[in-house]
Amino acid sequence: MKPAPFAYHRPGRLEEALELLATLPNARLLAGGQSLLPMLNLRMATPEHLIDLGRVSTLSGITETADGISIGAMTTQRMTERSPVVRTRCPLLLEALEHVGHQATRNRGTIGGSLCHLDPAAELPVVASALDARLTIANQNGSRSIRFDEFPAGYLTTQLARDEILTTIDFPQTAAGSGWAFEEFSQRAADFAIVAVAVVVTIGSDNRAKQARIAIGGLGPAPARLHDAESMLVGHSWDAERVRNAAQAATKLPSGGDEVNPAEYRSHLAGVLTRRALDKAFKRGRSHV
Amino acid sequence: MSEHTVLVTVNGRPYKREVDARLSLADFLRHELGLTGTHVGCEHGICGACTVLVNGSTARACLMLAVQADGCTVETIEGVAEPDGTLHPVQAALSAHHALQCGYCTPGVIMTLIELQRERGGTELTESAVRRALSGNLCRCTGYQGMVDAALAVLAAAPEKASGSID
Repeated sequence: MKPAPFAYHRPGRLEEALELLATLPNARLLAGGQSLLPMLNLRMATPEHLIDLGRVSTLSGITETADGISIGAMTTQRMTERSPVVRTRCPLLLEALEHVGHQATRNRGTIGGSLCHLDPAAELPVVASALDARLTIANQNGSRSIRFDEFPAGYLTTQLARDEILTTIDFPQTAAGSGWAFEEFSQRAADFAIVAVAVVVTIGSDNRAKQARIAIGGLGPAPARLHDAESMLVGHSWDAERVRNAAQAATKLPSGGDEVNPAEYRSHLAGVLTRRALDKAFKRGRSHV
Repeated sequence: MSEHTVLVTVNGRPYKREVDARLSLADFLRHELGLTGTHVGCEHGICGACTVLVNGSTARACLMLAVQADGCTVETIEGVAEPDGTLHPVQAALSAHHALQCGYCTPGVIMTLIELQRERGGTELTESAVRRALSGNLCRCTGYQGMVDAALAVLAAAPEKASGSID
């Protein structure tokens, strides 16, 4: 239960970190360490070099932008959940963070670290998918920006090239009149979700949904968007049968499973949680109009 | 493979050590400083036995490298009671409510409750909030009712005064 030996590097600036990453062989980035340290202790990961981003202060912080909030990748989950800006402009993120780990892990765990680790049952990737977050990714030559839905490449694997660092996550502001909800089922509080659902519904002054976004985690390696159900809801106000049909679509998504939580059970949960999340989101949206 | 100098203040006292990069903060406290009150259970962040305060916030000492604590202030169970042995109010409450048996999880539980007390002490705290806070500390012998009772009793009282021996 002790890590294999590695060399440790602690750059103070992003440029230094990028240079180390580009030049050192078999290097891993250390963010908050709440997933990587267990993998090191269990020797599931055995990097030769660890590049600690903990002292790169420019990667941490939350700022308001014209159309939302911008979160530095090394911002801790705890700092995010305590941010008044997040509370007012991105309440879905706050609701999801209530399910993420324990305070001791949220004190150190970061927003960017969670997205890059991409655990299939983690909450934050589901929120990033539902909110259509944009990720800014840097290497020594510059930076690029991609939508979160383009980011996953497979199980615990992202599109990050080996010389790239996720620097910023931009979440669009939840529009006035929108409703949102995050629902998950896990066997114990603070466990990873078995299935998690994040919903944002933008409701117009006529009480009808102008846009709906539904993301589900826990079925496959990365969060799935429920496009069929989304288009089923747009142009309509809340109605129990329509929401039931949308939730039914969630049970049809491809689902993996294991002995403890087989695919049929996860599909069932996807349906139940989608219905609950949609009911809650529509209710909140209307009460805001 | 890679040695680093660590300067860290633990329970108000500064220490300087040369450590291997892969040494965890938990093993650093126990093996380098002899502070064996921080217990090591699962070594992968599940059990909470090794919970300490780093710059005032709880952290799993098994999920932090000693080198990451360079420049930080750490508080462990050894710094919680008064130097004359008078128990901290959280410790006294746990004792009064029979909230420990073997005591293996207790140091982590106390550090978790001290953080909760500093942040929320004196405010109305629900049983479910206390249970949520304690959900990251596994106890396999006592059960949680005594801990919950102790926490509700002590946290409903005044918030912790700025602690004298540690800052």
